[in-house]
Amino acid sequence: MCSEISLLKPELILAGGSMFVLLTGVYMKNQALAIATSIRLSSLILLGSLISLVFLPHISQNIFNGLYRFDLFGIFVKAVLIFSGAITLIISSDYIEDKTNKFGFEYPILVLLSVLGMLIMVSANDLLTLYLGLELQSLSAYVLAAIKREDKNATEAAIKYFVLGALASGILLYGATLIYGYLGSTNFTNIALTLHGHAALSQGVIVGLVFVLIGFSFKLSAAPFHMWTPDVYEGVPTPVTAYFAIVPKLAAMALFIRLLVGGPFAGYANQWEQIVIAVSVISMVVGAFGGIWQSNIRRLLAYSSISNMGYALLGVVANSTDGIQATLVYFVIYIITSIALFAILLSLKSNQKLIEKIDDFKGLASRHPIVALVLSLLLFSMIGLPFPPFPGFFAKFFVFSAAINSGFYAVAVIGMITSIVAAYYYLRIIKIMYFDKADEHVRISLSAGKISLFVIFMISFLSLAIFIMPSTLLDPAYAAAFSLFK
Amino acid sequence: MDHLPFLSILIFLPILTALLLALVPKNDDKGIREVALLCTVVNFVISLCVWAKFNPAASGYQFVEKHTWLEGYDVNYYLGIDGISLTMILLTTLLMPLCILASSHITERIKEYMVAFLVLEGVIIGVFAALDMVIFYAFFEGVLIPMYLIIGIWGGQNRIYAAYKFFLYTLAGSVLLLVALIYMYGVAHTTSIPALTQVIPHLSLNIQIWLWLALFASFAVKVPMWPFHTWLPDAHVQAPTAGSVILAGVLLKMGAYGFLRLSLPMLPLASHYFTPLVYTLSIIAIIYTSLVALVQTDMKKLIAYSSVAHMGFVTLAIFTFTQQGIDGAIFQMISHGVVSGALFLCVGVVYDRMHTREIKLFGGLTERMPKYALLFMIFTMGSVGLPSTSGFVGEFLTFMAAFQVNKIVAALATTGVILGAAYMLWLYRRVMFGELNKACAKITDLNRTETVSLSILAAFVIILGIYPEMVFQLTRVSVETLLTEVK
Repeated sequence: MCSEISLLKPELILAGGSMFVLLTGVYMKNQALAIATSIRLSSLILLGSLISLVFLPHISQNIFNGLYRFDLFGIFVKAVLIFSGAITLIISSDYIEDKTNKFGFEYPILVLLSVLGMLIMVSANDLLTLYLGLELQSLSAYVLAAIKREDKNATEAAIKYFVLGALASGILLYGATLIYGYLGSTNFTNIALTLHGHAALSQGVIVGLVFVLIGFSFKLSAAPFHMWTPDVYEGVPTPVTAYFAIVPKLAAMALFIRLLVGGPFAGYANQWEQIVIAVSVISMVVGAFGGIWQSNIRRLLAYSSISNMGYALLGVVANSTDGIQATLVYFVIYIITSIALFAILLSLKSNQKLIEKIDDFKGLASRHPIVALVLSLLLFSMIGLPFPPFPGFFAKFFVFSAAINSGFYAVAVIGMITSIVAAYYYLRIIKIMYFDKADEHVRISLSAGKISLFVIFMISFLSLAIFIMPSTLLDPAYAAAFSLFK
Repeated sequence: MDHLPFLSILIFLPILTALLLALVPKNDDKGIREVALLCTVVNFVISLCVWAKFNPAASGYQFVEKHTWLEGYDVNYYLGIDGISLTMILLTTLLMPLCILASSHITERIKEYMVAFLVLEGVIIGVFAALDMVIFYAFFEGVLIPMYLIIGIWGGQNRIYAAYKFFLYTLAGSVLLLVALIYMYGVAHTTSIPALTQVIPHLSLNIQIWLWLALFASFAVKVPMWPFHTWLPDAHVQAPTAGSVILAGVLLKMGAYGFLRLSLPMLPLASHYFTPLVYTLSIIAIIYTSLVALVQTDMKKLIAYSSVAHMGFVTLAIFTFTQQGIDGAIFQMISHGVVSGALFLCVGVVYDRMHTREIKLFGGLTERMPKYALLFMIFTMGSVGLPSTSGFVGEFLTFMAAFQVNKIVAALATTGVILGAAYMLWLYRRVMFGELNKACAKITDLNRTETVSLSILAAFVIILGIYPEMVFQLTRVSVETLLTEVK
C-alpha cells in the first residue's frame, strides 16, 4: 500500500503551484512580464502534474476514510483533463499576452485552480468531495468568464453564467441533501451498502438523484439545461470559450459515470436510465437543430458541443464497460478535434479581429489553402465521416456500437438522424470557405504564432496515429472503464 | 511480383499523388494536369496487370491483403477481389484518365480539382476492394467528401444546393448502413465480409428484414432507386462534366455493388422477402423516369433520368436471383458506366462550345460536327440497346431472367426499352438533324483529345457488345458462388 498522500501528487502540485504563480504575479511590477511568466509557469506546473500522474501506481483504493477514490479511471480522465488544460492555455497564450485584450496575470492561475477542482471531482467518492471539487471548478470558471472586465458582452455573459451556474449548484446540493436524508450517508460506499438488497430506490432518493443529475447536466451543458451555453460561448473572449468547450465537460461526464455506472446507483439502472436517455436525446436534437440558424461561429460551436454531449451520454446509457470505454474514447476525440478547431479560430483574423461570424471564413480556401484543408477535414470528422487524419468516425462508431449492443436501438437511430441534421451546419462552414467568393474589402489573415501552428500540427499527427492504430487509445480507455467495475 | 499488394497500390497511388500535389506550392497548371493524367493512366495499367494475374476459374477472393487495424476487435484492413469487384475496378480505372482529359475547360483551382479527382479514384477503388465492413463503410462514405467539393466548387449555377442535396441524401442513407454494421458486429464479433456471410444468414427472418432495410436505405439512395433518386438530376446537372461522368459511370454502381456484395449473400431470406418491393420500385423507376426523361429540355438532365431508368434494370436483374439476371446486372452496370459516361462527355463537348445544354438551342449539328455525330450515334445506340452494342447484352439477359421469374414484371420492364429508344432517338434527332440552328453556326468539331477519349469508349461499347464473354469469364465463378449463398 502506498501512503495516501502520495497518490495525490498531481493535485498537490497544482494547488501549490497555483499559489506560487499567484505570488510571483503579485510581486512583479511589469504587467506584461507578469502575464508572460504566469503563462509559462502555469504550463510547466500542468506539465509537472501530468508527469507525476503518469508515475502513479495503477491500483484501485479508497483513501482519506473513503472520501476519495483512486483508480485507473481517475488517472485516465485526469491525464486527459490536465493535458487539455495545458494545451488550451498554450493555444490562447498569444491572445492573453496581447496587451490590447487586457487580460490579467490571474488567467492561467484560474485555469490551474479550475483544473484542480476537476481533478477532485473526478476522484470524488463522497457527495461532499464531489460538491467541493465542483464548486472550486465552477467558481474559477465564473471568474474566467468575467476576466475581460471592460467588455460589456463578456460581463453580461459572465453574470448569466454565474447566476445560472449557482442555481444549478443549488439544485445539486439540494439533491445531495435529499440523498443524505433518505440514506443516511454522503459516502458512495456507504450508500451502496445501505441500498444493498433493496430492489428499488425510495421516492425521496429518486427525487434527490434527479436533482443531482440536473446539476451534472448543467455543468455538462446537456439539453434541456443548456440555455447558458450559446450566450456564454458567444459573449466571453475566445480563449475562455475554448477553455469552456474543451476542458470542464469531461469532468462533468466523469461525475455521471462515478455516480451512476461505476457508483452506488449502478444496480438501479432501470430507475435512472430514462433520465439519461432523455437528456441524451434532447441534447442531440437541440444541438443538431439549434445550430442550423446560427451565424456566429461560437454560438454554432456551442450547439455542436451540446449535440456532442448527447452522443457521449449514449455510452452512459449503455451502462457497460464498453459504454464507458466508448464515452471516454468519444471525449478524447472530441477534445482533440476541439483543440485543433480552436487553435485555428484563435489564429485566424478577419480585418485584424478574431473571427466572429461564419461568413468571415469567406475566401479562406484561396488565401490559406492548407488551413482551409485542415479545417474542413476537422469538420468532416465532426460529421462522423471516416476520413483521416481526424478520427471522429471512431468516436461515433463506438458510442453507437455500445448503445446498440445494449439494446438501445431507437436512441441510436435518433442519434444517427440528428447527426445528419448537424452535418448541415458543418457543411455550411466548408461551403463558405470553398464555394463562396471572397469579399474584396474583408481580408482574412493568418496570425498564428509558431506555437499554435505546432499545436495544430501535433494534434493532426496524434489524430493520424489514433486513426491508423486505434488500439493506442482504445486499450487505455478500456482499462480505465474496467477499473470502475472492479 | 507475386507478393506486391496490388490493391493497396491501386487505392493509395492516386491518394498519395494527390497529397503530393496538394503540398506542392507551385501552381504549374499544365504540370499538375500531366501528373494527374499520368497517375490515372499508371493506375489503369496496374489494374490491367491485376486483370492479367487474376484467375477467373478460382472461387473465393484473390489478391487478399489483411492487416490488423483495431486490435482485439477483429476489424482489419482487409482487401480482396472477386470477378465482380474486378470488373468494377477496371471500369473505374478506365474512366478516370478520360475524366482528367475531359477537364480542360476547368481553369480555376486546378490543383484542388485534380487532388479531389485523384482522392476520389482511390476511395472508389477502395469501396470495390474492401472485404471488411468497416473499411467498406469508410470508403463508401469517403466518396462523399471529394464529390461534395467537386460539385460545390466547379459546378454550375445552382451548385451549392445540388452539393448539399447530394451530401445529405447519401449521408442519410449510409448512417443506417452503419447501424446495421454495428448490429452485425454485435452478433458475429467480426466485420470481415466473408465471415459475416457465414454467420448473418442464420439470423431469423425478422431480424434480417430490419438489417436488409437499413442496407437498402443506403444502397437505394446510391443506385438511386425511385423514389430516392431526386438528388441525382440536380447533382448531374450542376456537376462539371468529369464529375457527371464519374457519378454516372461509377458512383451509382456502388449501390448495386452493395446489393451484390452485402445484401444478397448476407440476408438471403430478407432479400427473397423483399423481392416484390424491389420489382415494384424498379418497374416504376424504369417507366416513370423514362417518361420524365422524355419531357426534359436539358440534355444533361435527360441523360441523368435515363441513368435512373437503366439502373432500374440493374436492380430488377439482381433480384431475379438467376445466373442470367446477375450476369446481366453486372454487364448492364459496366455498359451503363461506359455509355452514360460517354454521353455526359458528349454533352460536355457541346456545352464547352455553346455554354448551354438546352436541347432546343441545338439542331443540325451533323453538318458542322460529323465526327461528333458519328460517336454520339454509337453511344445513343448503346443506350437504346441495339444488338451488337453493349447495352443490348445487359438488357437481353435482364429480360431473359425476368421472364423466368415473373412474366408481368418482364413485360412492364420491356416497355422501358421502347421509351428508352424514344427519348434517346428523339434527343439525337433534335440535336443532330434538322436545320442547322443559327446559334451553332460557328461550332467546331471534336478536337484531338475529345476524339481520342470518345473513340476509346466507343470501341468499348462495340467490343463489349460483340464479345460479352470478356466480362462473363471474369464474373462467372463469382456469380455462381453468390447464387449458392443466396439460395
